Amino acid sequence: MSESTTERRFVAEDVETELKQFLEKSTKTSWESDTDLFADGGVSSMFAMELVVHIERSFGLAIEGPDLRIDNFRTVNDMTALVLRLTGSDAGE
Amino acid sequence: MEDPAARLAVLGAGVMGVSITTLALGQGVPVLLVETDPQKRAGARARIDHELRTAQLMGARPDVPQGHLTISDSLVEAHDVDAVIEAVTEDAELKSKALADAAAATGAGTALVTNTSSIPVDELASRLPHPERLVGVHFMNPSYLIRTVEVIRGARTGEQTVEAVGRVLAALDRRPVFVGDGPGFVTSRVLHRMINDAARVVQEGRATAEDVDTLMQDCLGHRTGPLRTADLIGLDNLVDSLWVLHRRTGDEGCRPCDLLLQKVRDGEHGRKNGRGFYTYPGAVA
Repeated sequence: MSESTTERRFVAEDVETELKQFLEKSTKTSWESDTDLFADGGVSSMFAMELVVHIERSFGLAIEGPDLRIDNFRTVNDMTALVLRLTGSDAGE
Repeated sequence: MEDPAARLAVLGAGVMGVSITTLALGQGVPVLLVETDPQKRAGARARIDHELRTAQLMGARPDVPQGHLTISDSLVEAHDVDAVIEAVTEDAELKSKALADAAAATGAGTALVTNTSSIPVDELASRLPHPERLVGVHFMNPSYLIRTVEVIRGARTGEQTVEAVGRVLAALDRRPVFVGDGPGFVTSRVLHRMINDAARVVQEGRATAEDVDTLMQDCLGHRTGPLRTADLIGLDNLVDSLWVLHRRTGDEGCRPCDLLLQKVRDGEHGRKNGRGFYTYPGAVA
């Protein structure tokens, strides 16, 4: 299963900003938070794994098991929700 | 209990050897991966793990236990495999040597499969004591995402070999399309020449790699664009294949263009080492 390898917590805005910066740098295109990256000839499926590795490194995560599926990486919102859940950042204070 | 699944040996832990091994393991088929280069052998398991994760991410792994992987420097343990799939460098001498070693290390019931992208199967078969044991299966990259494979029946490929490879491809859940033998078969004969032309357009300064790919994707329905495909194939492998085609057909359109040759000289080999027509910051070196 997926796990967090750090004690860090994140807020959604910071995660979104980081992801959008990476996407813009990698694809030379800016992306809305709810745009499906893989629809309509957006980014290639081979780019998906680069995205996974980037998220793991940036947020100190290991994404495994049922979490490792493309639907968790379709939009910036999907990825942000995954990062917040796996780091426990979505839990109430 | 008799193992109902095929058992494979794969020769070479380059891009294609790793990709085919990943496909087999993901389908629950055990693999003996043979690589003579110690450095490549040491890194093979991590690369295969990475590709198995990619296969899972893309929903390309059935719900079956992963096949067992053995990595070795020799074919000693390969005597009872159903098929040996050769995926060494695209060089007729190297491939012939690897196939001759495989023929000697295995019994008559083991199918010998070459994953050559361009060298005629019968040319490779002519160096074997039993040419009827050899068949060509051109897996694409990534093998676990592209379900169709090009199967090349050489002039001397035996019926038993065709049946054996059919069973192996069924175990791998691949769909074969049988084609005739000859330089580049169908896919490489058409694709590699087109990629060479796409690179030549960039070389002449008429368009960027991105623009060539965008036009080919958006106007002509090419799934990834020829130059992204080139990076995926590996520019060094592509140049090797183009030389194979050029020498055997005399087609000047297959002579690798200067930009491709320059990139290979500069160590820009494509996705596998992070730089080709594009850069890949997340690539596993």
